[in-house]
Amino acid sequence: MAAGAINAAAGVNAGPPQDAVVALADVDIAYRLADGGTYVAVEAASLSLRAHEFVAIVGPTGCGKSTLLNAAAGLLKPAAGTVRIFGAPLNGLNAQAGYLFQQDALMPWKTARDNVAIALEVAGTPRAQALEAAQAWLARVGLGTFGDRYPHQLSGGQKKRVGLAQVLIRDPKILLMDEPFGPLDAQTRQIMGNLLLDLWSRDRKAVMFVTHDLEEAIALADRVIIMSAGPRARNIGDHPIGIDRPRDASDVRLDPQFHEIHRAIWNQLKAEVVKAYAEIPA
Amino acid sequence: MRIGRAKLLGLQALVAVAFFAIWHVGSSVPIGGVYFLPKFFFSTPIDVITRVWSMFAGGKIWGHLAITLWETILAFVIGSAGGVLVGFWFARKPLMALVFDPYVKMINALPRVVLAPIFMLWLGLGIWSKVALGVTLVFFIVFFNVYEGVKEVSPTVLANARMLGMNERQLFRHVYWPSALSWMFSSLHTSVGFALVGAVVGEYLGSAAGLGYLIHQAEGVFDVTGVFAGMVILSAFVLLIDWLVTLVEDRLLVWRPQSAAGQN
Ligand SMILES: Nc1ncnc2c1ncn2[C@@H]1O[C@H](COP(=O)(O)OP(=O)(O)OP(=O)(O)O)[C@@H](O)[C@H]1O
Ligand SMILES: [Mg+2]
Repeated sequence: MAAGAINAAAGVNAGPPQDAVVALADVDIAYRLADGGTYVAVEAASLSLRAHEFVAIVGPTGCGKSTLLNAAAGLLKPAAGTVRIFGAPLNGLNAQAGYLFQQDALMPWKTARDNVAIALEVAGTPRAQALEAAQAWLARVGLGTFGDRYPHQLSGGQKKRVGLAQVLIRDPKILLMDEPFGPLDAQTRQIMGNLLLDLWSRDRKAVMFVTHDLEEAIALADRVIIMSAGPRARNIGDHPIGIDRPRDASDVRLDPQFHEIHRAIWNQLKAEVVKAYAEIPA
Repeated sequence: MRIGRAKLLGLQALVAVAFFAIWHVGSSVPIGGVYFLPKFFFSTPIDVITRVWSMFAGGKIWGHLAITLWETILAFVIGSAGGVLVGFWFARKPLMALVFDPYVKMINALPRVVLAPIFMLWLGLGIWSKVALGVTLVFFIVFFNVYEGVKEVSPTVLANARMLGMNERQLFRHVYWPSALSWMFSSLHTSVGFALVGAVVGEYLGSAAGLGYLIHQAEGVFDVTGVFAGMVILSAFVLLIDWLVTLVEDRLLVWRPQSAAGQN
């Protein structure tokens, strides 16, 4: 293990803040490979998320953004370091968190309404009541008339919105989102961004939002965290975004402040993106 | 390629007409003093149809059909239930699957017909020896599909379900079970078909009732018309069952994209 890297990271991060909702400290995450070796995806990553804070994580593809989110969700156990949720060490799954996955995660054999309702039913809500709440949530994400459709009958953006309703209906304290608008076109992304900001502004859950789109990150977040290229990726930059709220995900891009912030962060990110591509043999 | 429904039916009917015409001419019209399809070996379409008609009119066929149908249903239900149970069990307990893997492959590679005499020895000449034969066929199809269905659940769907707070029982009910069922139903035509094969072959090899028995009886006295009549009834029976299976399938797999559900 590169002890130097761990010490350096420990020096930079002066421990998580007292009110941290999610706190990763000196986390290493390794994958076991089929040939018996291990691949250290993330090393010495330390980051925290405060209550009511919207944090975006940006980094080159394959750097370990999903890996980090999985650790915060309790789906992956770090090889070293600690994950604390509301101050308590995380054991097993993170029950406080709702997770919107990067890949399709809806149950293909359930209709949109049933997919949303099941999130309440598993916790014991009577079915009729769950269905009613699900219908209300579908309407809130603009899919009120799509309740009877099966996932394969929905577009990519509609599936993501059903997923959002499925996660939010449980009213989790923490929201983990992995490139939720990844496969969508630029216009739809902005519409979805506004929908998300609108839903978020009601109770300001703590959000960890992974994206590879720096503009999207700046438009939505209070803080943008930059990850270095893998292997042994970790967070290397932490940029507060001081743009006033409420924001509009498309208009905010015209703000002069936006350009200034973008330039500063991009200079750092660019170096990592170049590194990530240098890793890929031509 | 798109083709009108009426046109398709017309063409399909044409094949049947041509088939019967050739059969009829070959067996009833001497060409240069020779019958190409001698009656003794090939019977004639008119004789066969008349025989089928008289079998239904006489009413004796219904009992045989009922026996074969009953054996098919029992073989399907018992074989499927066993396949589902063992499939789930192996998929959730990988050690079991590894230990039993060579034996499962061995038994599955065995031509099931060789088991028929043993089943008769054990279970007698009644319906249960036929059911047992069908079960050995249906079991493996359902077993392999359920096993795959449980193992092939998308890891993301599974992780999502767990993040939504499902416990093991709820995962079973809302994730593993629907996935396994969809795989099982994708092989429904095959497994129902095999249940019927088991029943008919079992009857053929030794019994006192059923369609296989009728065909065997006719063969015993070189009654080719009777054999063909039995085959015609068997084919119609298979088509009818297959049609029922399609109806069930369409109802249960509505959530599947059309291309994957397979049109017929
Ligand atoms: N199950 C696994 N086994 C081995 N290596 C893995 C596994 N999952 C991910 N990795 C590797 O870990 C690294 C980080 O993967 P991760 O999915 O976290 O990247 P990401 O930042 O989310 O990328 P993207 O932006 O493309 O989604 C990648 O190099 C990937 O190849
Ligand atoms: Mg990812």
